Parts: sequence; C-alpha cells; structure tokens
Amino acid sequence: MTVTHDKFGRPIVVVTGMGVVTSLGAGKADNWAKLTAGESGIRTITRFPIDGLKTTMAGTVDFVPVEPFSSTVLGEKLADIATEEAIAQAGIGRKGDFPGPLFLAVAPVELEWLPRQELARATGANTAIDYDALLRVSGGGRFTQYHHRFLFGSVADHLAETFGTKGSPISLSTACASGASAIQLGVEAIRRGEADAALCVATDGSVNAEALIRFSLLSALSTQNDPPQASAKPFAKNRDGFVMAEGAGALVLESYESAVARGAAILGVVAGCGELADSFHRTRSSPDGKPIIGCIKKTLADAGLGVEQIDYINAHGTGTPENDKMEYNGISAMFGERASTIPVSSNKSMVGHTLSAAGAVEAIFSLLTLEHQRIPPTINYDVPDPAIPLDVVPNKARDARVTAVMSNSFGFGGQNASLILTREPV
Amino acid sequence: MAETSHKQPVEAWITGIGLATSLAEGLDAHWDALAQRRVNVDTTGFAPYIVHPLAPLSFDKQIPKKGDQRQMEAWQRIGTYAAGLALESAGIKGDTEILSRTDMIVAAGGGERDLAVDSAVLNSEAQGDSPAGALNDRLMNDLRPTLFLAQLSNLLAGNIAIVHGVTGSSRTFMGEEEAGVDAARIALARIAAGQSDIALIGAAQNGERKDLLMLYEFGDFNLKDNYAPVFSRGPKGGFALGSGGAFLVIESKAHAQARGAKPFARLTNVVADMSRRRAPGDITASIDKLWAQLGPVHDKAAIITGATGAEPATSEEAAFLRAHADHPARATGTAFGHIMEAQFPLGIALAALSLSRGALFPANDTSGLEIETANAPDQIVVIGAGHWRGEGMALVEAIR
Repeated sequence: MTVTHDKFGRPIVVVTGMGVVTSLGAGKADNWAKLTAGESGIRTITRFPIDGLKTTMAGTVDFVPVEPFSSTVLGEKLADIATEEAIAQAGIGRKGDFPGPLFLAVAPVELEWLPRQELARATGANTAIDYDALLRVSGGGRFTQYHHRFLFGSVADHLAETFGTKGSPISLSTACASGASAIQLGVEAIRRGEADAALCVATDGSVNAEALIRFSLLSALSTQNDPPQASAKPFAKNRDGFVMAEGAGALVLESYESAVARGAAILGVVAGCGELADSFHRTRSSPDGKPIIGCIKKTLADAGLGVEQIDYINAHGTGTPENDKMEYNGISAMFGERASTIPVSSNKSMVGHTLSAAGAVEAIFSLLTLEHQRIPPTINYDVPDPAIPLDVVPNKARDARVTAVMSNSFGFGGQNASLILTREPV
Repeated sequence: MAETSHKQPVEAWITGIGLATSLAEGLDAHWDALAQRRVNVDTTGFAPYIVHPLAPLSFDKQIPKKGDQRQMEAWQRIGTYAAGLALESAGIKGDTEILSRTDMIVAAGGGERDLAVDSAVLNSEAQGDSPAGALNDRLMNDLRPTLFLAQLSNLLAGNIAIVHGVTGSSRTFMGEEEAGVDAARIALARIAAGQSDIALIGAAQNGERKDLLMLYEFGDFNLKDNYAPVFSRGPKGGFALGSGGAFLVIESKAHAQARGAKPFARLTNVVADMSRRRAPGDITASIDKLWAQLGPVHDKAAIITGATGAEPATSEEAAFLRAHADHPARATGTAFGHIMEAQFPLGIALAALSLSRGALFPANDTSGLEIETANAPDQIVVIGAGHWRGEGMALVEAIR
C-alpha cells in the first residue's frame, strides 16, 4: 500500500506539473539546457532609454511581445505561458477547469507611466498638469480599462478566469520571497485537506525605468554593465549588487494520494516549508543572522529532516554584498563543518533576480536538479570571496547525487522563506 | 501546535481589536461614535470627490521613533498604529515570546505616488522638453529612495515587524476588498487546522490620495458632490474612499485560555468566492451561496456589511438583504467610507465589538435596509462584496 501521509500525519504534497519562463527562454527544456551550460540571460536594456542610468542591463524577457509595453501585462503573459506548460504536463482537470485554488505571487500592481502620460495628453494642457487636471479627464468611461488593469487583483483575476481555478484567488507579495510563499500557501491548503490540487504561480515583468531606478536609488543593483552577461556575481568577492530580471514559474501541487490515484507522473515532493520575519531593518537582515537561521530550522522541522539530509542548497544568492554574506552566515551556522563542502549555487548568476517570481522559478530549477541529478553552476565566479568559503559549483554544472534540496528566498521587509524539495516522499 | 487535518477544527477566538479610522481611535471612542451615528466626511478638500478623512491621532503613541514614522507613508503609519492597538487590546504588546511566533497576514494596497514629482515630469514632457532619458534624469534626481519602501505592499507588514516585533511569519495579500477577506480566511483556516496558534491580521488605507481617487475614477466609482448613506446613493452609486486601519488578533481558544486572555467573540467561519459577474443577479447568487456555506445562522443573527456603494454590487447585495429583511443589517461604508482592503477586517472588528458589548450599534441609513433592534446578538454575519470582484462572508459568534 502506498503511504500517502507524512510522518506528521499530513497529506504528502507532490508536484505534477511545472512551467517556467526566464530571460533564458520559455519552457523547462530550454531553460535547463542553458542553465546547465552556464549561459547568461542578462543583456543591455533596449526596452526604454538607458541614458543617465547607473545600471543599464537586466534579464528582460524580450521574446514575449507587449506593445505598448506594460509591466503588468508582461507579468500576466509570462504567468500564462508558465501555467499552460505546468497544467499540460500535469494533465489535470479539463481545459479552463483547474480543480483547485490559485495562489499567485505577483509584483504590486501600479499605474504605469505610459497611461499616466496618455492622461496628461488628454488634459490638453501643457502647463499646470497636476493630479487635479488628471482627475478631471479620468472618468466618463474613456479609461475604464485602466481601472480593471491596474487593480492589485487583476492578474489573479485573469488567471482564475483563463485556467478556471476554484474559489477566491490569492495574490500575494512577500517581496523577493513571494514565489516561495505562493508554494507554501498551496502546500498548506492541501495539507489541511481543503483541496487535492493547487495552482501556484509566480510572475514578474518589472523591468521598467521607474522600477529600475527605485532599486538603483537603494544601491541594490549591480553597475558592472559591461559585459552584461558578467554582471551578476553571486558569492564572488567582486559582486556589487543584483540584476533585475523577469520571469515566471508555475507549479501544479497535488496530494500524493490524488496524484497516484489518477496515475500522474510525480516530479518531486514539497517536503517542507518555513518562514520567519526579521524585525531588524526594512532592507537589511539582522546582523546576528537569527531570522535566516530560524527560517532554515523551521523548514527542516516542517519537513522532519535533519540538516545532514540536505545535499544541495539552491541559494537566494542575489549577488548583493549584504545578502550573500548573510546567507553564508546562516548556512554556516546551520551546516557547521559541512558548510564548506555542501554544494550551494545561485541560478541568479544566469537568469538574474526574477523578484516576485524567483522563489517559484528556483523551486522548479531545484526540482529539475533532482530529476537530472545535475547541479547548475554559479557563473561569473572568478574571484572567490575568502569570507564566503562555500562550494558554489563555480562556473560549470556538476553531476551529483541529490536527494533533498533546500531553496532559500529572502526579501525586503524582513521576508525569509525556505522550501525543502525531494525526489521521493520522506 | 500540531496539524489536525481531518480532525475536529480548533476553535478560534478574536482576542484583540485595533481600530484607527475617520471616526476615532480605540474601541470606546468607536462605540460612542457609532451610538451617536457620527459620520466624518470631507466634501471640500478633494471636491468634487467625497472622502472620510482620518480622525486626528498622535502617531507617537504607537510608533515612538520619528525615524520609523519618516520611513512610512500615511497608509503604513495608519496600519502600524492600528496593529499596535490590536496587540495592546489582546494584551500581547511587547510580549516578545508570543510576538516571535505570531503569524501576520496583512491585506495591502500600496503604491503611494509623489504627486509633485509626477506632475513635474508630465509638465516638462508637455512642454516638449523630453529628450531620450529625460524621465530617467527626473526620477533619478527627484524620487526619494525611501518612497519605494513606502510603496511596496509588503512593507506595511515589514513596518509592523520592525515597530511591534511581530515576527512569527509575514505574508501580504493584495487584491482590494478580497485581500481582506482572504487574510481572515487563511488565518482562521491555519488556526483551525493547527498550523498556527495566534495571528495578527488586518489592513489600512489612506483614502486621502488623489492618485488613488484617479484609479477608481477610471471606472467612475467615486462618490461625487453630495454625501449620502451607502444604500441611498441612487442608480449610479459610488463609494467615498475612507482613511483607516483595522487589525485583529485571532488565536486558538486553548492558546487564549492558557494565557488568560479574554475573548471578544469567536470567529467561526470565513468563506469566499469570486463570481465572474457576467449577468445581473450573479453577485446576489454568489452571496446566497456563501450564506449557505457559512454554517447554521439563526433567525436573530445580525449582519454587518462592507457594501461599498458602488453599482451594481451594492444593489445586488441589497437584494440579498431584502430577502433576509428580518436580520438587522448595518453598512459600515456609511460612517467609515470605503477603506478597501480594510473593510472586511473592520466588519469583523465591529461584529466582535458588538457581540462583546451585547448590543448592535444603531442604524444609520434611511433606506429601510437597516432596522433597529434591542436584541443582544448571538451571531453576526459579516459580508464583504468587492466593488469589482470577489465576495466574502464571516460568521462571528458570542462566547457566553
């Protein structure tokens, strides 16, 4: 008889479908081939003028046309592509009729500059354009579509309608941990017995001028623009910031029982999830490392695994001086002597930081690592940082026996979330 | 704490309420204002739009560091303030041990603009003074770096963690009214299943914002020119944005009893759905369905609704209310305006407050949908139908 519940008596949660889009391409096959070949998707920005910017490169997804450009529309399209791939692989439900809830990690939606400029033109004025003037032309039905488009719930609304998910769809943001949080919400719903399946999607199409400038003003971005492919340098001594990027990841989660019953191929198991908030600072993590350590501990406890059972860490590894140091401290505190030998790599060295999507994109890459028994590298690792003595799988992919992966996600606002993914139920 | 899938759900109590709104701050002041049928409305400051401005509060009382206040925009200050009141009300403010395992779900908007910077950019572009990269220069020079942190949706939760030390977990839901419903729904589901022992949930809005008025003006949703109670706004309807924050501490009965906490009420159930709203009657049907899912509702149950005033949602909800005319109903939008993500947490807060005080506050609407009652309510149903999407409902019950 198949064991359908974990050692805590909860339904085991498995993954039966995955879809991914990044600056490397659309789909798992293309992404995996390029990721394990050590290719970078980072390029010089052509979407908008880069005059006067300190950072001029990003991991944009330019092969999905959006005209006129809108970050919200791009994010929605990327989510569509990833979700279609995931549902097709899972073979679940019927077209437009997904048998479970939607959990969507999405960048906070805001009215963008193009519509704002369109409104300014509609005022007919060329001086004294202020919000009173904009308000006078906003109503009357001319711009109704911008109300629907720029509601925070608009992307989830679209996905719920397109894929026929059930109930009230949840849009969430835990900043750069959002993708992991979406998966965690799905896992919890299945463990509660509320659903046999959940659709967890994370998407981000945020590379526009203002978003880039906002991160730039916080000195968070790499300014090593030339060549763009070499800008993202997680864990290297010469790292100087993260590289903004776009992408989406979608996962179909199911109870093991329901997946087995319908004969679905099982791609992996979400064995554990954990989160812990940091109250130290809005953009920096606590110098004592306790929140990151606590997050990892909670995740191990949730999975019922010991630290010795983890054999690869898919790092948050943004390439900011601060993140990589703090992440190392957390790993070092938890893994002790093994910290220098356990492989730890950062997908962000190649795809950049897909922000709200990162947690899901990297969970998918972690599951592909389990499937192929091959660890993607950390590229651009030419100058090791003596303060971070990790095996970062430098520059070249490596075959390895991997049974359990920990994937970390940390974000502004004190967000820490980790996942443990395994090939088989533990 | 152990998950109890397929076992008897754990009972959840509301043990803390924090309210800072256009009417008042704190529970006694709110109760008095409701008893007096007070409405705080500004018909001139944003004319022709009507807003419910925040009652004067001293932010120092809940956010002692000026540096913290400076790092926030108004919506975050209001929310952090109301969250502090909720923790105080639950008796856990400053209790590091409990706060370090308190799970937080904030329903948030965000995105406050710097109106002066936006206007300057638009004017210089209108004057043809916009070579490639002009927008970049303007934004690089004029945007305050800290504004970004005030725009990020998850930074209300981040500020609550920093100011009040709530660190068990931090999740932010987005999506207008339904985000507030889902925050309550997920927090309750986690407690009921043993996934969480204690949670802080809530939301806040600064309704005194022209950029926010603009988003809703695109859909002609704003109430203009003359103020009227929610159910008396005529065929076009409309909502008046309000400023305010509403936060709740919800915990398992066992957790509350172990620390000797006194409950306001029991949060028995929260249900939600999202109708596609294609045909007339779809919203009413969705609300009917939720009512049936809620569990046994007695004949004498009262209803507190977050009906926005926007059409057609408000008329469709009124049809539901007329079909349940024996249940005394109260629409929070009349006195508080529409505080969007916070409207549903506000409804639960007022339900819990009413149950704990053994009375429903007076009617404040002449449409006939709000009937007076002298009965002490045992049950209050909270309704939250979004102005555009989403329907939610909660059952809050007296603990006797």
